[in-house]
Amino acid sequence: MAELQSVRRDPTSISVRESYATVLRSRIRAQLTYRSSFWINAVNSFFTGALEFVEIYVLLTNTPTLGGMTFGQATLVFGLANLGFSLADLIFGQTDQIPRYIREGKLEAFLVRPMPVLAQMITSDFQLRRVGRALLGLLVAIAMVFWLDLDLSAQNIYLLITTPIYGAAIYAALFVLAGGIQFWIIDGSEFTNAFVYGGSYAGHLPGSVLLAPLRVLFTFVFPVTVTAYLPCLLILGLDGPTFLPAWLGWFAPVFAVWSWLLAYLIWRLGVRHYTGAGG
Amino acid sequence: MRRYFLLASAEFRRQSTYRLALAAGVFTNSIFGFIRFSVFYAALIGAGGTIAGYDKAEASTYVWLGQGLLAGIGLMSQHEVSERVRTGEIAIDLSRPLDLQLSYWARDFGRAALMLPARGLLPLIIGALTTGLALPDSWTAAPLGLFSLACAVSISFLLRYGVNLISFWTFDVQGYANLYLLLMSLLSGFYVPVHIFPGWLQTIAQASPFPSMFQSPIDVISGRVIGGAALQVIGVQLIWIAVLVLITRLMMWRAQSRLVVQGG
Repeated sequence: MAELQSVRRDPTSISVRESYATVLRSRIRAQLTYRSSFWINAVNSFFTGALEFVEIYVLLTNTPTLGGMTFGQATLVFGLANLGFSLADLIFGQTDQIPRYIREGKLEAFLVRPMPVLAQMITSDFQLRRVGRALLGLLVAIAMVFWLDLDLSAQNIYLLITTPIYGAAIYAALFVLAGGIQFWIIDGSEFTNAFVYGGSYAGHLPGSVLLAPLRVLFTFVFPVTVTAYLPCLLILGLDGPTFLPAWLGWFAPVFAVWSWLLAYLIWRLGVRHYTGAGG
Repeated sequence: MRRYFLLASAEFRRQSTYRLALAAGVFTNSIFGFIRFSVFYAALIGAGGTIAGYDKAEASTYVWLGQGLLAGIGLMSQHEVSERVRTGEIAIDLSRPLDLQLSYWARDFGRAALMLPARGLLPLIIGALTTGLALPDSWTAAPLGLFSLACAVSISFLLRYGVNLISFWTFDVQGYANLYLLLMSLLSGFYVPVHIFPGWLQTIAQASPFPSMFQSPIDVISGRVIGGAALQVIGVQLIWIAVLVLITRLMMWRAQSRLVVQGG
């Protein structure tokens, strides 16, 4: 059987997986060539994440609890959300560049190649330097596990490990969704920022601070409260506010599937719309 | 003078052609406004009603004024000057019978003159209808506020222009631009008012020009500072303008002498 396959295989062609791996390797090598530039960018990315934390820090120097959470509890939410978001940004952040790709005619080149457009986009500009921010989220989350002296039960270990993974999946879906919308409205990248960056902003906060309409929007349409806040309620043994009962945290996989379904539909419609219009 | 006015109005028209982008910007500013108000309000509840003089109405005013002024003040960096330095086109600009700094300054005013009403009014109206606004009780708030706003636009322009000028010395200004964005958004009061910072952070912020480009105009327009206190805030803004003009002129003077050496 193995022999048959090797015979059938054209020696000049490489498998799809190998071709992705080659592109990715070359992208990473290219970024590591300018070492100092890479490190400056990685450090910058670390501090960009840290800066977003300053808002929560400043608010909590003025009040004992924010949305019913203490400093350590709110910080755990921030750390887990930040880890999930930066992993998604690392892989799918390029969808931000779609308007530029369209202007420069790069997208046409993607469309004629026999690979999915999304896969090409991811591999075309894989930004390893964004790893700095993921590191920040990881460090903050680990520090808070000790600071809060969390009970490391099987339930909590499961939640601590899976939350950033489902979180990354949900944020990644938002990136793809926003990318899909940008095929229609070229000038509208700011419109999609409302979901991606507004969503990430909301996801990093204790969900209980959000006004009721925002709670519903950012849980049942763009499920960012599931990326950290709801699982944290379970971990910390807290009750959720109105519209956000803690047990929703167990449904993170369902929310992740929902957001990918939404993203897939919009992306597909977007790419089709674009080929139709571009001729 | 007339030439600079023409530049400003050309920029006004150029910006007004991107209608969809304007609408998208208003939408996103509003969503962020609701989230920012949510978290500030939650902190107020936790603290028992007020923080540093901000109650619910004042907090709402602070957030929505900030969202309204965001695009007008021009917090986001622009790279046109550094791009022209990189391509060498700056040499052509410098040979024109116009002052480089003044012409970019005039264009930035043209941009602000469009952005302030186009992207500012709707978020303010949305805020007034949903979370409420506290109107200033002093009649001087509006005229002084407008003047303070013009100062803020100028300070924002001078800082961005200064960051761009660094490109005369180094190829890649992106790192400096990112650093600027980081410090500015932290220290200007863009996320939370400078007045509620812990003491040490407030000291650092007050020693920087950043509060003068965001917190100050909001304070004057909303009537948080009135009369002599408002004039004092504006005085600090004027001092920063003078300092920044001096620094950017010096940078340009040094850069030009370098240009001549390279061009010879």
